[in-house]
Amino acid sequence: MANVISDETMEYVGILAKLELSEEEKRQAKKDMERMLDYIDKLNELDTSGVEPMSHAFPVQNVFREDIVTNQDESADMLKNAPAQRDGSFVVPRTVE
Amino acid sequence: MKQYETVIGLEVHVELATKTKIFCGCSTAFGGAPNTHTCPVCTGMPGSLPVLNKQVLEYAMAVGLATNCKINQYCKFDRKNYFYPDNPQNYQISQLYLPICHDGGIEIETETGKKVIGIHEIHMEEDAGKLIHDEWEDCSLVDYNRSGVPLIEIVSEPDMRSAQEVIAYLDKLRLIIQYLGASDCKLQEGSMRADVNLSVREMGAEAFGTRTEMKNLNSFRAISRAIENERERQIDLLEAGKQVVQETRRWDDAKEYSYAMRSKEDAQDYRYFPDPDLVPVVISDEWIERIRAAQPELRTEKLIRYREEFDIPDYDAGILTSSKKMADMFETAAAICGKPKKVSNWLMGETLRLLKENNQEPEDMRFSPEHLAELIELVDSGTINGGVAKEVFAEIFAHDIDPARYVEEKGLKTVSDTGALREAIAEVIAANPQSVADYRGGKEKAIGFLVGQTMKAMRGKADPGMVNRLLKEMLAE
Ligand SMILES: [Zn+2]
Repeated sequence: MANVISDETMEYVGILAKLELSEEEKRQAKKDMERMLDYIDKLNELDTSGVEPMSHAFPVQNVFREDIVTNQDESADMLKNAPAQRDGSFVVPRTVE
Repeated sequence: MKQYETVIGLEVHVELATKTKIFCGCSTAFGGAPNTHTCPVCTGMPGSLPVLNKQVLEYAMAVGLATNCKINQYCKFDRKNYFYPDNPQNYQISQLYLPICHDGGIEIETETGKKVIGIHEIHMEEDAGKLIHDEWEDCSLVDYNRSGVPLIEIVSEPDMRSAQEVIAYLDKLRLIIQYLGASDCKLQEGSMRADVNLSVREMGAEAFGTRTEMKNLNSFRAISRAIENERERQIDLLEAGKQVVQETRRWDDAKEYSYAMRSKEDAQDYRYFPDPDLVPVVISDEWIERIRAAQPELRTEKLIRYREEFDIPDYDAGILTSSKKMADMFETAAAICGKPKKVSNWLMGETLRLLKENNQEPEDMRFSPEHLAELIELVDSGTINGGVAKEVFAEIFAHDIDPARYVEEKGLKTVSDTGALREAIAEVIAANPQSVADYRGGKEKAIGFLVGQTMKAMRGKADPGMVNRLLKEMLAE
């Protein structure tokens, strides 16, 4: 039953989440993840054949908007959320293509 | 050397022609100053709620139906997770598990005959923002005006075997979508983008080879060249006993060369999961039928109708219907003046010539069909002659001028006053005794020169037929 997360998996998940973890944090996260997987295993013991998978908590469907422009230029407000701004743009650390 | 077969599948992104973004009421208009078309939804602010633009769904359904796809009557959106600054939410809203359309296909025709290219699926998703890299300072600038612009991604089956088939498929797809009005599908401007998945295998082999994905292809020519280049690169590797590596490559059309991309492709694990902010879409049979019934006449049907309705050659009908804009221009102008044959001649002749000269496509035509129809009337009523008409048409093509007013203002009307014409002819006869003698001596052709001289004297504003008649009359005296 007990799941074991390998060091490689831990490393990979860290890369995907863009997180740099200390050795202590890695050890802790590994333990948490193993417990989560154990919990999933527990759920898997249930017989769910014939049960529709649920992705939404509320029985609501078909919520649409019409194709009409409702937003004005609010770039000044939007840019208040930028870590830094220049020439009306968000400034971020240089990305390499 | 062994014989190899190229196996190609395409992922085509098409930007839909909606007024607003897929999940918010921001404008999709081009050319706005950076971030002037943004809101909390399309900049990924916590707590903002996306709501699906109904028109996006209906365009996607229309494209699916026109490409013989089945519609998923229960469809959902998923989050595709990746970290990159062009994507402010840290996920792109897309569709993985239940895309809107699946299992379709379109028929293409190449030199080797007809063939159906399968469409695996079509899904809806949002475009990303635009990054500008600053060469001098260690930063990038982000403009989120494109973030949230609606796209559909059309994923083909790996059914194509050559660059010709790929071009034929893209051309057909483009026409269908343009006719539906779902997008203008301009490769150069990026409203249609094609990623090419390509592998090679020994002729006759069952299993597929390892494929690569090629990006940054923004013209049919670049696509053809990239395909030839990648085919050769993979064969060279195999011939040298090496392996093809599954990777994404970027095509550099100026250098005619592709290179493997690094950056975000390191993390191909997108960890998709259903987007909890967007509720499922349930599509009734009636809704599908409504979309199907509203579908405009597509090219194949149009071609058949043109043959029946208009007295124009098949070749011309083919060209006129090869672009939605051209077909609309033809039909509207023909309906106004009632002279389809003449409208066709103007479009097939001068219009195509000017488009080519300006390096433009039919979609770039800016003049109104009313003005073309009016020009045809001016010629037919004898108000202007053919030579002047060409000159006026160049102005219509470039500036959409009103031809009647232009002719009036520039004094281009044909001179029908025979007195003035006779005067001019008399002068031409007096000034060209040799040609006159040649004509009288039986050289019929000499009259052509005299007509030309008279037209020149009249500064083009005479009816050549009338000049010819009067010349003959006066030379016979
Ligand atoms: Zn927005």
